[in-house]
Amino acid sequence: MIDIGLGHYLTLGAIIFTIGIVGIFLNRKNIIVILMSIELILLAVNINLVAFSIFLNDITGQIFTLFILTVAAAEAAIGLAIIVVYYRNSSTISVEEINSLKG
Amino acid sequence: MLAHSIFFYSFSLIAIVSAIMVTVSKNTVHSVFFLILDFISISCLFIMIGAEFLGMIMLIVYVGAVAVLFLFVVMMLNVAQQKNQWFSARESSKHIPIGLIISVIIFFELLIVIGGWKYKPDLVSAMSLTVDKDISNTHSIGYVLYTDYILIFQLSGMILLVAMIGAIVLTFRQRAGVKRQSYFSQISRERNEAVELINVESNKGVKSDD
Repeated sequence: MIDIGLGHYLTLGAIIFTIGIVGIFLNRKNIIVILMSIELILLAVNINLVAFSIFLNDITGQIFTLFILTVAAAEAAIGLAIIVVYYRNSSTISVEEINSLKG
Repeated sequence: MLAHSIFFYSFSLIAIVSAIMVTVSKNTVHSVFFLILDFISISCLFIMIGAEFLGMIMLIVYVGAVAVLFLFVVMMLNVAQQKNQWFSARESSKHIPIGLIISVIIFFELLIVIGGWKYKPDLVSAMSLTVDKDISNTHSIGYVLYTDYILIFQLSGMILLVAMIGAIVLTFRQRAGVKRQSYFSQISRERNEAVELINVESNKGVKSDD
């Protein structure tokens, strides 16, 4: 309990990952919060990679965390641009009302 | 060791609570602020565990760019007052128990994976890239990033370029009736279509239209 090991960091990553999935499943009002939940999931993956990289004494995990950071930034920029365009066309971003694909 | 565990538990508690608050808070602006708090506490964990460069990059990229981008979009779209009440949704509340069940199952699967694995005994000696203890974290990342992973590094630059161009193309809007400069016609103007030399007679003046 006092000794912080790899399992503690992996458990923290699992908890944050699950919270992100809960946010995606349960949110029906606002699509920006879904994008933020995706950011939380990527953050949990980053925690796992950094924890393995430190505890296995291998720098490669941190390199790949850097690449995940890049992809997350690009994804946030594109997603927010799509949301801005959608709001300009239909003046709502509620998840319940985005149903033009009848899915 | 005691201080390490105290800091770990406090930072991870802050991270978990703020992650929960991101998903359940009613105001979207509050969600963005809790997301910023989450990023800051996770980067404190990274700095504490020994990945200083990634912690600092996390602060710069996530807090300085991504979260501020979220904040800009939330405030620009005028949905800051739109309440985020997923738990009091009227007709679509039957997805909530299914979502909770699936999330709990995923969490326990992850816990089983975390609790059930072991190292191979010869794993540490079989590693290809080892961290040199004499140089700092940033040094060792730089040694590997610009040699072994240079192609992936350039590819991530291309991803950022494509994202930038895509965001600009998506949000660019051509308004009707806005006067703007036409550089090509300005530069390609000749002298004979711009200036005319007229011999003015005395007491007659010039009609400029013809």
